[in-house]
Amino acid sequence: MHTLDFFTKKRLSFGLFVVVLLGLTYVTIIFTEYNVAKGFTSIPKAIRWATTNFYPDAASLKKLPSILLKLRDTVMMSVASATIASACAFFVAIFGAQTTRINVWFSVFARGIATIFRNIDVSAWALILLFSFGQSSFTGYFALFFVTFGFMVRVLIETIDEVSTDSVEALRATGASYFAIIAQSVVPSCLPQLVSWVLFMIETNIRSATLVGILTGTGIGYSFDIYYKSLNYHAASLVIIVIVISVLAIEAVSNWIRRAVL
Amino acid sequence: MPLLHIAKLSKRYGTDKYALDSIDFTVATGEFVAIIGPSGAGKSTLLRCINHMIPMTSGDVLIADASTKSMNATQLRAHRTQIGMIFQHYNLVNRLSVIENVLHGRLGYKSTAAGVMGWYSNAEKQQAVEILQNLGLSDHMYKRCDQLSGGQKQRVGIARALIQNPKLLLCDEPIASLDPSAAKIIMDTLKDINQRLGITIIVNLHQVDVAMRYAQRIIGINSGKIVCDAAPHSLTPDIIHEVYGSEAGELILDFGEQHAHA
Amino acid sequence: MQANTTIIVRPWNAATVILRTTIMSLIIITGYAFTTFNTRDVDFWAGVDMLGSNFSALLLTPYLKNITFDVMIRNLFITIGLGFLTTIFGAAIALGLALLAAQNLAPRWLTVIIKGLTAFVRAVPTVLWVLIFAVSAGLGSVAAVLGMTFHSAGYLIKAYAESFEEIDNGTIEALKASGANWWQIVFQAVLPSSATALLSWTFLRFEINFSTAIAMGAAAGAGGIGYDMFMASGFYLNLHEMGAFTYAVLAFAVVLEAGATRYKASLRK
Ligand SMILES: Nc1ncnc2c1ncn2[C@@H]1O[C@H](COP(=O)(O)OP(=O)(O)O)[C@@H](O)[C@H]1O
Ligand SMILES: [Mg+2]
Repeated sequence: MHTLDFFTKKRLSFGLFVVVLLGLTYVTIIFTEYNVAKGFTSIPKAIRWATTNFYPDAASLKKLPSILLKLRDTVMMSVASATIASACAFFVAIFGAQTTRINVWFSVFARGIATIFRNIDVSAWALILLFSFGQSSFTGYFALFFVTFGFMVRVLIETIDEVSTDSVEALRATGASYFAIIAQSVVPSCLPQLVSWVLFMIETNIRSATLVGILTGTGIGYSFDIYYKSLNYHAASLVIIVIVISVLAIEAVSNWIRRAVL
Repeated sequence: MPLLHIAKLSKRYGTDKYALDSIDFTVATGEFVAIIGPSGAGKSTLLRCINHMIPMTSGDVLIADASTKSMNATQLRAHRTQIGMIFQHYNLVNRLSVIENVLHGRLGYKSTAAGVMGWYSNAEKQQAVEILQNLGLSDHMYKRCDQLSGGQKQRVGIARALIQNPKLLLCDEPIASLDPSAAKIIMDTLKDINQRLGITIIVNLHQVDVAMRYAQRIIGINSGKIVCDAAPHSLTPDIIHEVYGSEAGELILDFGEQHAHA
Repeated sequence: MQANTTIIVRPWNAATVILRTTIMSLIIITGYAFTTFNTRDVDFWAGVDMLGSNFSALLLTPYLKNITFDVMIRNLFITIGLGFLTTIFGAAIALGLALLAAQNLAPRWLTVIIKGLTAFVRAVPTVLWVLIFAVSAGLGSVAAVLGMTFHSAGYLIKAYAESFEEIDNGTIEALKASGANWWQIVFQAVLPSSATALLSWTFLRFEINFSTAIAMGAAAGAGGIGYDMFMASGFYLNLHEMGAFTYAVLAFAVVLEAGATRYKASLRK
């Protein structure tokens, strides 16, 4: 009967989905040689270790000023890369968006470049840039800059096409010039979204900067790496607490700003 | 024996003023009752107190002379299975098929596991098909609900209530989002269910003329109090003024007269 | 007398004030940031100068030297595998906990506790989770999988819970009114209604985890192509080999992104 077929088919396709997923997971576990048993036993071990060793003690608190200094470096680098990359991305996005582009080919080119920039992971960028800038802040800065730029071009193109298509058409109908349209319609209508995305990228970049710092020996990632490698777990845990507090604080401020401007 | 007896029912949301203030009335088996009143009068609150979707503040709801005041979770589910409910916005799971939505009406009768897995007996599926045929939806049985028109969706909502084999149907503004012809189909369907199946119906309406045409009895509510409880033909302009307040009452009466002349 | 009154074209309000203040602050912080950079005596302009030739070596003359093509592909798939496993594990954990973190499904105190804990888990960068687990599990794939799973779960719990909260309360009400219990409502209304949203979030997290798996190979000994990149950059100093790895990674990431875009477009229809 038809009704029966319907329910059987539905159940079969869901069952197939589950089986395929489980099969893939099994194959992946074998292929990556992931030790499931060790994975499970490691969790209680890690908890036991963390509760006995992984907390800041009095001696580590003396390191707080130098940790905070490194934190400042990391935050600064995140803000600077997010801000400048977003400003550059906004220009490129204006030429790339359907609503405001001047030339199809440039639009395709801008999207292509952005795709490459954002799809190479920030750690890979850091390793590449080490060839040019060595273990300096420039390496991390450019790594964050490239990824942010690639990401922002994509979301800003979407934003421009979403938010300002109608008003651009209206201004064009009044006979306004291209740059007048950009300045009077595109910029004001996209600015709140732009700021919201910049804040999002700052949050993301702080997390990435920690990783990049481990690879390039800068900022808070470097602090953690040094304490971690010298088995000074009390100080390392202090670094984590400092990171958590600053990430949550920045998240809270961004959410507040977002609510106010959007 | 009355099917439903509402005894001194009061409801207060937090510390606001009473949304229902000592409501008292009795409904016999097979009645078709319309509840009218301005928005905010407490019509929806009243219906939801009957099937305990919201807890009442004081008073009682008696079904076949049995109090429903203190019920455990099992008794509450059993209570709700006897009462079907129909909503203004249909409240279907849009991504599921019509027949699956209809079968949701059986969940109250099922074990947790059977309900979770969506195991329905052939008899239940057969009943769903029959109900859908009666409501003229057999062509749409396997369509997803988001492909239906408003009137069709409401009929699916009715089918979901009917498959519960309810003694009582509660309808909260079932035609408020429908165009006049779809609204007529829905009201005719409800009338037919009432007469053919003998199911008692309580329907919240804000169109007085519809209430007068279909109901055997009209209860008017204003500010949480019953202001009239009468047969449709004994509804006078004075009473309508009392239910809706004088200015709105005027409008409703004018409108009703225009209809009468047309 | 219009002549001497100024007409304000763009009035000030709270939103514009905050917007402008934010933009000004960002510009000022950015300016200040460059004075804090740790240059380590690296010549910036020489570096920029080198960037061009380095990029052309990277992108125009890629070749493999220390490993074979087969090994590179194998390592790429190990990285993909780590991303996949951690996404699946994270999603499984998140699916259960997100039901308890959604305001329309769980008591308020419970949602607050779970959301607070996940906010903490997310605030710690993934690499640090991996390194924390590495102390007891040793550097390697176990620590990487645990750390990445942890962060994925934290991320997906929030995303899933928000998807659950977005579904129409009316459908939950309708099933409740017909006598359905919590589990039945979850499986018959909540999950079917949010399935596509859950899939999109999971897919997005897979993209993130693929990237993270590269990073964990480079920074936390998780193996895969990330480790190859780390060796090419820090040990062999071979830009050409780096180029080959970059192309391999880029190819898969672009395919993933295209897939995600197609999936989203098909949902919009
Ligand atoms: N969930 C709620 N919380 C607080 N107040 C409510 C809630 N639902 C309804 N009310 C209040 O109760 C009164 C009755 O509402 P309702 O029953 O929805 O009226 P009706 O259905 O007749 O329009 C209104 O004053 C409304 O503001
Ligand atoms: Mg109402």
